Amino acid sequence: MYIIDSTELHNLMEELIKRGYLLIGPTVRSGAIVLESIRSVDDLPRGFGDEQQPSHYSLKRRDDAMFFGFVVGPVSWKKFLYSPRLTMFKATRAGKSFTITPEGTEKRPKMAFFGVRPCELSGILMQDQIFTGGKYVDRAYKSARDNAFIVAVNCTVTGGNCFCASMGTGPGATRGFDIALTEVLGGGNHYFVASAGTSRGGEVLGAVPQREATEPENKSALDAVAHAAESLTKRMDVRDLPQLLKDNFENPRWDDVAKRCLACTNCTMVCPTCFCSTVEDATDLAGMHAERSRSWDSCFTMDFTKVAGGNIRPSIRARYRQWLTHKLSNWVDQFGTSGCVGCGRCITWCPSGIDITAEVDAIRGNSVHA
Amino acid sequence: MQTENLTEILRQHPFLAGLSDAHMEVLIGCASNVRYAEGARLIQEGEIANTFYLIRTGRVALETDVNARGKIRIQTVGPGDVLGWSWLISPFRWHFNALAVAEVRAVALDGECLRKKCEKDHDFGYEMLSRFSHIMERRLEATRMQLLDLYTTSPGAHV
Amino acid sequence: MKHETIHPPAAPGEGLRLHTVTVKKVIWETDDTFTLQIDLGAMGETFSFLPGQFNMLYVFGLGEAAISISSDASQGGMLAHTIHRVGTVTTGLAQMKRGDVIGLRGPFGSAWPITAARGKDVCIVAGGIGLAPLRPVMYAMLRERTAFERIILLYGARSPLDLLYRVELEEWAKEHNVEVLVTVDRGDSSWKGYIGVVTSLFSYIKLDARATVGYVCGPETMMKYTIDEMERRGLAEDQIYLSMERNMKCAVGFCGHCQYGPEFICKDGPVFTLPRIRHLLDKKEL
Repeated sequence: MYIIDSTELHNLMEELIKRGYLLIGPTVRSGAIVLESIRSVDDLPRGFGDEQQPSHYSLKRRDDAMFFGFVVGPVSWKKFLYSPRLTMFKATRAGKSFTITPEGTEKRPKMAFFGVRPCELSGILMQDQIFTGGKYVDRAYKSARDNAFIVAVNCTVTGGNCFCASMGTGPGATRGFDIALTEVLGGGNHYFVASAGTSRGGEVLGAVPQREATEPENKSALDAVAHAAESLTKRMDVRDLPQLLKDNFENPRWDDVAKRCLACTNCTMVCPTCFCSTVEDATDLAGMHAERSRSWDSCFTMDFTKVAGGNIRPSIRARYRQWLTHKLSNWVDQFGTSGCVGCGRCITWCPSGIDITAEVDAIRGNSVHA
Repeated sequence: MQTENLTEILRQHPFLAGLSDAHMEVLIGCASNVRYAEGARLIQEGEIANTFYLIRTGRVALETDVNARGKIRIQTVGPGDVLGWSWLISPFRWHFNALAVAEVRAVALDGECLRKKCEKDHDFGYEMLSRFSHIMERRLEATRMQLLDLYTTSPGAHV
Repeated sequence: MKHETIHPPAAPGEGLRLHTVTVKKVIWETDDTFTLQIDLGAMGETFSFLPGQFNMLYVFGLGEAAISISSDASQGGMLAHTIHRVGTVTTGLAQMKRGDVIGLRGPFGSAWPITAARGKDVCIVAGGIGLAPLRPVMYAMLRERTAFERIILLYGARSPLDLLYRVELEEWAKEHNVEVLVTVDRGDSSWKGYIGVVTSLFSYIKLDARATVGYVCGPETMMKYTIDEMERRGLAEDQIYLSMERNMKCAVGFCGHCQYGPEFICKDGPVFTLPRIRHLLDKKEL
């Protein structure tokens, strides 16, 4: 464990920039803390916090100068590894035939993610499984991911909709990072306890001014994270959850949530693990050039399950049920873990304020045995 | 000699599986062996319904004339099937035509004869009615499936 | 003995790479269904598939459609796809002529476990275009006719005009000792065959339940009725295989569209053993 003083944080950022990384991190924009390319400590949302409740998000000013005194905003790291829109290939007519030029693997600058929350880190690891862990590999995802440097920041404050502890994904990160930081502010001190999770993380850490952490300093960091865990107000009852959802396909609660859900797709857009996509084929007016692009899709859309005989899930009831059951049950069959990281974004950004932890409780409450 | 053969023939037909010897005796009095050449008509729509057939071999098509569309065949029955139950239900008239599309050998049972026996022996009547209900139920299920028109696809589908 | 479906390995990277191939012949089977015979060209040297698998076919500028392969798997270099013209891409495919070029990537998905049927009777039940993905199974079995006992094909279509592969159906019955029973939902006065749902054909064949393997493909409702009928006649659930269908965009398990419960139809299917998915079959709007 090492100490980086709060006044020295900029060294870490500059070291990464020096090594050719495009720095991506949190910054304030349009009344929210979003993720975009940043250049210096001044871009970080220092002194800002966020208030989150079902269908509610607002920024607030903190009464201290914490760099990371907030949780998660509407943007997740997903958009940098798994592009919201990607050209897959371009094709050009050549007589009766046509030539195809695959795209999607164009050289992009390597990125350093600065300020990844443990829940978000779990989300990235889950997407790794989807896009690189199976029979087929998504090359665009893999090339962005292999080069991505991750600086995780453990949570010492929590949000109103956070339930990472229930999902086993936070508030402290245990693996998957190059460097992990815990911000400690109190008693006149402001510093980061830093540790390396990989050799390249250790190399970067070694190149910036730091010193070994003392026992009390270490303890302060651990206490701050433990305190965050205790301050969580939301929990997801995960007992036998995959089987519970399998057994409750016709639970009346689905009718209830269907009355509130607008199928607006916000939840799937902000969710760090949702991965559904669609493709679009287009040509120019002369019909000589064609292009195929892939973009994010959502199982809440009307056409998602269109087949020749009609639509498999025409009702919102069926679509909401599909989303929740996939996230909390089918995901386990498919990828070995739950698909939910407990970040609470779906609760914050749902215009109807649907809270998946409450939906699970309600289903459990009037569960029918298989 | 003729009666014994008929009993054996009747015993082989699925419709009568498990029928007691006593009831078989009752039934046989109304039964006779029949044969129809390909193209022959077994049933004429609108006529008095007085027979039901236990099909042994061949195939019978049920047909009806639809105005402006001509003759439509809506179902066939084959070996092991039963044809016609309009004899059971008043006003005892056929609602369709039935033609042999392949040479048919069947056992024909006289409806009026059977009706009298059902009225006289209610146990026998019950046996007949429960077997027919079962056939009708299966036939209705199959007809519903035909109505679903499962092999069409809706217009405006995506791919 | 339990038999699973077959999952051939993916050629590395091949699932995502689109190849151009040439249309050799177009055969119109009915007024809305046609078969494209495709010359694979250079791709033919490395392309091989197993019965039950599908390809993604691409029409320049219009998009892709997931279509089952319906040709003989032992014929290298020549592929056939029977396609129902029902949307934008399939209409584009329907306009292809000899010499036109389309895109192709594949093969994808699981295959019918033909080895499970060796030494046994095989009962194939096909509804409508469901016969297309089953035709490669028939070809494979007829190449080794003596490895299988009875081969029974129960095939249902909407009307006599909608029947596929009529010449081959007769050939299989006459020359290859296949019991072919064909039924239509509705006939005219010239149709002398069966009329009624495909499940009604079961009353005309006698199955030896212990020694029969069933392969079923067609509209989902038809498959459910068929499974009921097979089980009513004593077939065990692990002797029955079916091919499922869902909306597909990527064919490689990334786009999420083809999910059926926890199964990705594109890579866990489309061919499934009945035990694996029977708990999903009765779920409405799954």
